[in-house]
Amino acid sequence: MPVIEARNLELTFQTNDGPVHALKDVNLSIEKGDFVSFIGPSGCGKTTFLRCMAALEHPTGGEITVNGVSPEQARQARAYGYVFQAAGLYPWRTIAGNIKLPLEIMGFSKEEQEKRVKDVLQLVDLEGFGGKYPWQLSGGMQQRASIARALGFDADILLMDEPFGALDEIVRDHLNEQLLALWARTEKTIGFVTHSIPEAVYLSTRIVVMSPRPGRITDVIESPLPKERPLEIRDTPEFIEIAHRVREGLRAGHLDE
Amino acid sequence: MMRTFWAVLVVVAAIVLFWYAAAVPMNIKTALTQAEREGAVISPEGAAARRDMSAIALSLANPAQWGDTLVQDKPRLPTPDQVAVELWQTSGAMVLKGRAFSKRSLLFHGWVTLSATLLGFGIGTVLGILLAVGIVHSRVMDMSVMPWAIVSQTIPIIALAPMIIVVLYSVGVQGIIPKAIISAYLSFFPVVVGMVKGLRSPDSMQLDLLRTYNASTSQGFWKLRLPSSLPYLFASLKVAIAASLVGAIVGELPTGAVSGLGARLLAGSYYGQTIQIWSALFAAAILAALLVGILGMIERLLLRRMGVVA
Amino acid sequence: MMELVLALLIWAAGWGLNAWLARSAVSETRAVQFLVPFIFGATLVLVWEMVVRGLNVPMVILPAPSVIAMRFASSLPILWVDFVQTFLKGALGGYVIGCAAAFLVAILVDRYDFLRRGLLPVGNFVAALPIVGTAPILVMWFGFDWQSKAAVVVVMVFFPMLVNTVAGLREASAMQRDLMQTYAASYGQAFFKLRLPAAMPFIFNGLKISTTLALIGAIVAEFFGSPTLGMGFRISTSVGQLALDMVWAEIVVAALAGSAFYGVVALVEKAVTFWHPSQRA
Repeated sequence: MPVIEARNLELTFQTNDGPVHALKDVNLSIEKGDFVSFIGPSGCGKTTFLRCMAALEHPTGGEITVNGVSPEQARQARAYGYVFQAAGLYPWRTIAGNIKLPLEIMGFSKEEQEKRVKDVLQLVDLEGFGGKYPWQLSGGMQQRASIARALGFDADILLMDEPFGALDEIVRDHLNEQLLALWARTEKTIGFVTHSIPEAVYLSTRIVVMSPRPGRITDVIESPLPKERPLEIRDTPEFIEIAHRVREGLRAGHLDE
Repeated sequence: MMRTFWAVLVVVAAIVLFWYAAAVPMNIKTALTQAEREGAVISPEGAAARRDMSAIALSLANPAQWGDTLVQDKPRLPTPDQVAVELWQTSGAMVLKGRAFSKRSLLFHGWVTLSATLLGFGIGTVLGILLAVGIVHSRVMDMSVMPWAIVSQTIPIIALAPMIIVVLYSVGVQGIIPKAIISAYLSFFPVVVGMVKGLRSPDSMQLDLLRTYNASTSQGFWKLRLPSSLPYLFASLKVAIAASLVGAIVGELPTGAVSGLGARLLAGSYYGQTIQIWSALFAAAILAALLVGILGMIERLLLRRMGVVA
Repeated sequence: MMELVLALLIWAAGWGLNAWLARSAVSETRAVQFLVPFIFGATLVLVWEMVVRGLNVPMVILPAPSVIAMRFASSLPILWVDFVQTFLKGALGGYVIGCAAAFLVAILVDRYDFLRRGLLPVGNFVAALPIVGTAPILVMWFGFDWQSKAAVVVVMVFFPMLVNTVAGLREASAMQRDLMQTYAASYGQAFFKLRLPAAMPFIFNGLKISTTLALIGAIVAEFFGSPTLGMGFRISTSVGQLALDMVWAEIVVAALAGSAFYGVVALVEKAVTFWHPSQRA
C-alpha cells in the first residue's frame, strides 16, 4: 500500500479575478521509504500539494489518502511531521522547550519527553544547545532545531516545505548531507519541496517536476543514484544527467504556456 | 468591507437595545413611586417595602410601569432617544431658531471647549516638534530631557490642571488661556516622544546612503528624517488631541466655569440633570471623534502627496 | 538678586556638566545614562528654588521646592490615607477589574470573527473618547466613595486593554498556526502554548497604557464628588484654600505612584517577554 496516494487531485481557489487552478489532475503515489522532491517554478502548486497531504488545504476534487486514510484523519492521528520554510521556533521557549512543544500537546510523559529531546538533538547535531533560546542560534542551527521538533514524535512521514530555502549555500550543503544521513537511519518517507535542481537531485529517490497554470505534474524522474551519496556525487556524469533531465522537464512545462 | 459594516451595525444595535433594557431597572424605583402617587396599584405597595428589593425583581413584578421608566424627567439612566432629543434641541434646533450661540446651546459650549483645545494643541504640538528636533540633534538634550519626557507619560500630569486654573485666575488671567495651557502641556509630551521616535526611524542603510551623497545635516532632515517621521507624528497627534480635549474639559471644572462642555457636566451633576450630563458627554465624544477623524484625513492626504503610502 | 545670579550659575554649571558628560568617553555607561537626567532634574529644582526666593514669588502662585518638601514630610499621614483611598482602592481596584474583564471579552471577541469585526471598530472609537467625562454619571450611580472611582477606571482601561489584547491574540503567524494544525492541537492547547505567549507583548502594552489611565481616572473622578479624603479631593479643596504646597505634595505622590505603578508593570513585562526583540536590545 502506498503511503501517500493522489488520484485526479484538484484544488481551485475562487478569487476576485476568477478561479485559480492551483492543482489539476494530479496523480502520484509515494511508497514507504521514498524521498520525493517536488520542484517547479512558483505558482506550480508544489507547496499546495504538500499542504493537501498535511490537511492544511482541502482539495476541491479528486482523492488523496495518507496511510490509507484521509489527510484529515492522518493529521488527527499525528501521522506526519511538517517543516516550514522558516524555522518558526517560539522565542519564549528554549530549543529543548520547542522540541517538547508537540510532545506536550500529544501527551507524552515527562521522562519520555526528556529522552526524546536528547535523542533528536543528537540526531540533528545540536547536543548541548537544548538550553539556548532560538534567537541565540544561527539560522542554520534554528532550522536544524525545527527539524528536530518535527522528528521528536517519530511520525513515519516527514513533509518539508523548502526547509533550507532561506539559508546560504554552504550551510545548505551541510544540512542536505545531514538530512540524507538521517533519512538512511530512520527510513522515514519524506516529501520535500524545493526550487533548487541540485538539491532535488542530490536528495531524492524520485523527483516530481511540476508546472503552473494549472498546477500539475509534468514529469516524474526516478533517480538511479545509490542510497549512499557523498557530496562529491554532484560532479559525476549520472548526477549531471539527471539534473539535465529535470531542467528539460521544467523547460518543457514552461514552453506549454 | 460590507461584512464589517453589518457587524458594526449589529453590535451598535445590540448596545442600544441593552441600553433600553438597562433603563427599566435603573429607573424603576422612581417610576413606581411616581405611579403609586398617581393612584396606580404597585406590588409590593409602599416605597418603604420596595426599598430593599432588587431593581430587577421590581421590574419583573411591575411590567405595566416599564413605559414610565423610559420617560423620566431626571432618570438615573436616560434612554438613547431622550439623549438624542436633548442633543438636537440644544444644537440643531437652536440653529434653526437662529440662536446657535445662546448660553443654552451645546454648540456654544462645544465651541468654548474646542477653541481652548485647538489653541493648546497647536502650541503643544509646535513646541513638542521643536524639542524633538533639538533632542535628535543634540546629544546632551537627548540624555537630559528625554528620560523625563518618557516618565511624564506615566504620571497623571492632568492633576496639575485645577492649580493652573486657580493660580492664573489669581493673577488675573482667565478665559481661554489657562485651559489652553493645560491642553498644551498634555499634548506636548506625547508629541515629543512620538516625534523623536519618528525622526530616528530611518535605518542606518538609509542614513548611510545620504552620507554617500555627502548630504548636509539639514538636507538629511528635510529629505529623510522629516518625511519618515510623519506616520509616528500623526499617531501621537491623535493621542495628543484626545488628551488636549480632556485637558480643556477638566480645566473647566474648578472655579465653576459657566461655559464649556466641562461646565455643562459639572452643572448637570450638581442639579441631577442626567439628560444634560449625557448630552454633554456625547457632544464631547462627537467632538473627539471629529478631531481624530480630521487628523486621520490630513494624515492620509499628506502621506499620499509625499508618496509615503500609495 | 543674589539668588537670581545663583540660579543662572547653577543652570550653567548643570548644563555644562551634562554637556561634558554627554561628550565624554563614558557617556554610554549605565551610570552616566542615569546621572545626566538626574543632574538635569536636580538643576531644575534648584533653579526653581532660587528663582522663587529671589523674586519673592508668593506661596499662592508657586511654592518653593523646599516648602513643598517640608509640607510633604509633615503631612505624611494625610498623604497616606489619600493614597490608600485613591490609588489602592480606586485606581488599583478598577485597574484589576477593568483589565481582567477586557481580557476575558478579548478572548470571546477573538473566538468569534463576527464579534471581532463588529466590536473592534467600536472599541477603537471609544478608546479615543474623553471617557473621564462619565465620572459624574458613575458618581451618581455608585456613590461618593471609592467604588465610583473604580467604576470610572474600569470604563477607562477597558477599551485600550481590549483592543491591545485582541490585536495580540492575532499576532501568531499563519505558519505557527499551521504548525499547531499539524500537531492536531486543540483550541485550548493552541491558545495556551502559542497564542497567549505570542500576545504577551501586546497585552503588556495595554497594561502599561492602563496604569496611567487608571490614576487619571481615579483622580479626576474625585473632582466630581468624593468623601473627605482622596488625592483628587485634596487637590481640589487645597486649591480652593490656596494651600498650593499641599497641592504640590499630592502631585508628588501622584507622580511617584504613577511611575512606580508603571515601573512594576514594566518589570513584570521584562520577566515575561524576555524573548521579544524589544526587550533583548
